[in-house]
Amino acid sequence: MSSNQSYYVPESSIWPIVGAVGMLLTFFGLSTVLVNQSNGDPTTTAWVVFTVGALVLVYMITGWLRDVIRESRAGLYDAQMDRSFRQGMSWFIFSEVAFFAALFGSLFYIRFFAVPWLGGEGAKGTANMLWEGFQAQWPLLNNPDNSQFAGPDAVIGPWGLPLLNTLILVTSSITLTLSHKALKYDKRKPTIYWLAATVALGAIFLFFQIEEYIEAYSHLHLTLDSGIYGSIFFLMTGFHGLHVLLGGIILFVVLMRLIKGHFSAHDHFGYEAGAWYWHFVDVVWIMLFVFVYVI
Amino acid sequence: MSAVADAHAADHHDHGPAKGIGRWLFTTNHKDIGTMYLVFSFAMFLAGGAMAMIIRAELFQPGLQMVEPAFFNQMTTMHGLVMIFGAVMPAFVGLANWMIPLMVGAPDMALPRMNNWSFWLLVTGSLILMSTLFMDGGAPNFGWTAYAPLSTTYGPDSTTFFIFSVHILGISSIMGAINVIATIINMRAPGMTLMKMPMFVWTWLITAFLLIAVLPVLAGAVTMLLMDIHFGTAFFDAAGGGDPVLYQHIFWFFGHPEVYILILPAFGIISQIIPTFSRKPLFGYTSMVYATAAIAILSFLVWSHHMFTVGLPLPGELFFMYATMIIAVPTGVKIFNWITTMFRGSISFETPMLFAIGFVVLFTVGGLSGVMLAIAPADFQYHDTYFVVAHFHYVLIPGAIYGIFASVYYWLPKWSGRMYSEALGKAHFWLSFIGLNIAFFPMHFLGLAGMPRRYADYPIQFANFNQVSTIGAFLFGASQLLLVFIVYKAVKSGPKADAKPWDGAEGLEWTVPSPAPYHTFEQPPRVD
Repeated sequence: MSSNQSYYVPESSIWPIVGAVGMLLTFFGLSTVLVNQSNGDPTTTAWVVFTVGALVLVYMITGWLRDVIRESRAGLYDAQMDRSFRQGMSWFIFSEVAFFAALFGSLFYIRFFAVPWLGGEGAKGTANMLWEGFQAQWPLLNNPDNSQFAGPDAVIGPWGLPLLNTLILVTSSITLTLSHKALKYDKRKPTIYWLAATVALGAIFLFFQIEEYIEAYSHLHLTLDSGIYGSIFFLMTGFHGLHVLLGGIILFVVLMRLIKGHFSAHDHFGYEAGAWYWHFVDVVWIMLFVFVYVI
Repeated sequence: MSAVADAHAADHHDHGPAKGIGRWLFTTNHKDIGTMYLVFSFAMFLAGGAMAMIIRAELFQPGLQMVEPAFFNQMTTMHGLVMIFGAVMPAFVGLANWMIPLMVGAPDMALPRMNNWSFWLLVTGSLILMSTLFMDGGAPNFGWTAYAPLSTTYGPDSTTFFIFSVHILGISSIMGAINVIATIINMRAPGMTLMKMPMFVWTWLITAFLLIAVLPVLAGAVTMLLMDIHFGTAFFDAAGGGDPVLYQHIFWFFGHPEVYILILPAFGIISQIIPTFSRKPLFGYTSMVYATAAIAILSFLVWSHHMFTVGLPLPGELFFMYATMIIAVPTGVKIFNWITTMFRGSISFETPMLFAIGFVVLFTVGGLSGVMLAIAPADFQYHDTYFVVAHFHYVLIPGAIYGIFASVYYWLPKWSGRMYSEALGKAHFWLSFIGLNIAFFPMHFLGLAGMPRRYADYPIQFANFNQVSTIGAFLFGASQLLLVFIVYKAVKSGPKADAKPWDGAEGLEWTVPSPAPYHTFEQPPRVD
């Protein structure tokens, strides 16, 4: 419901149209790169278009955020505006939940329906006639057609790096909460230190994740094209990794703003949005650890 | 109106729109953005309509007359994509932009800059999608559903561009939906409680929830297509342990809520218009709200009724059959409520009301053929025939499109400050009504007789109905040009409209002058 103060409506902004042009260049360039690569055509021009587009997007995001931060610090945003931002961020995270739900749904369908049916199980087990003698197992090491999709030698076990990464990410959620608590009590130094620790833990997580991928590719022959296990493994952990990267960048920006003296004990939506996102990424990882690595 | 006047004094920025092209490129004004959405979606409607005309012209006679089968397949695919993602969804977002702030007494949408970005990303995505028509190997040709392996192993090069255009259009729609929800939850005028909201606002709130829940699922599906095409993954390839049917499951988990995204806002529009021209309050407002919510929830549980013939386990066939038939209950509640609203009302038949009544009658036809298709054993006969084409065109044209037409006639006086020509509006309605029934009713018979969809050619026994259908399609298509003329004439030289041109209309949007000033409700009105 409205307060008496009038809602701040920015008069006009160049950033949306700049962002739209950036998206056009980025994705037209990226599509052309992929298609030309598949056809063996040169990709240099397409890479240039893609890079220009990506730079335009970076320019747009920094400019847009600069405007928002300036307006926020000028006190143009009232409580109602704050609620709009909160609504926006919550529903954005909900859309991310829906995206990961689709990936988890795919994992379960493959694991509990598609692969067993190919192995001859149940009423739809007639699918076994496609590749007779195919044995269903999970993780799938021998694919139905190993000449087309050479299966991996082994998969990443859960109790090494993945367990370590779980501990790292859970710890990072705790340090983030400590930082948030400190901010609420207006203790700026612990706020900054705990947040810096959170960002550092996120970076370590990503480092280990890359280690794990190198191990998978170079020693286990677990790759994107090693059949369905590798496909779903890299899709899910890869998208999660991208989200850790994005969440880490958000928190890093928040950290820089804290150091510059932004945010107060009772007014720090930008901080909270980043924190919500980080906790969301953490929860997704725990689900991944359980359903992709352990079970 | 005093709220508008007071706002002038309290405000801190310039009041009129900016001059020149910059007004449109950089705008944060919900009315400007709504107008851009509506104009753009109508342009896409004409483009998609032109593709439909190519399809129908080719099918006028058996044999190949006009186009190659490969191009025909591109036309069926692009027609579907352009109409769904370029015409109907953006038109509803345009209506939401224009009307929701006016209906809930808000000064603008909750997040005005993001609103503009949503619109320009729609243009970006549409440009990439349309550009595929000019590429080597042609546009996507696998149907709007993009089933693997048609889109992976056998797809043209442009599939990659199609995938990224779907991503961008999805981002645009999600941001639009977030904006709608934030506006409705956070920006209502004091006293505008949830259960006092106009039905159009309610249906859009639920539609926005559906959009945010399922568009990311579509993004996931097409991302897996991209991975299968370019990165050697095996999601939809059984040789690597994947399953092409997985694509269909993910796609339709998006796809079925999507068809309610295409109809729920129209339900809301009709629920505004029928009470106005019956001069009675909407019958069963509360049950309308709950029925809309029930339809939305059920839409997540019925996706496999698009896949009855794909080889589902028997319990799956049964579950999805019964779950689908249950949707007829809340839909029936709505139909009965609209009819009961009209019952013993002082009805007058202005153009918006004609389209609304046309909606109720013809949407029911499409709804009933939907129940027929829901019956799994019967669907084995109808699946992928023209019966399905008839069914979804009966729910999409007299449903979604009539809803949009009705709202354009209903709110054009508010947008432009001018009245349209009632005689021309009625002519548009009757030409459309006759054209669409001639075009699509014979398709039921073609489908029952076994004519499959998505072929450029057919055996000679289907020729008569196809010729009739093509004539109707061209009549319908041509009569849409009349709409361009009607709107142009009204805006240019129509008689001035009152603040409330319809005597039976209720709601905050009629308390502001016509045309609505550039800024409205900067101080919120009080709703009792």
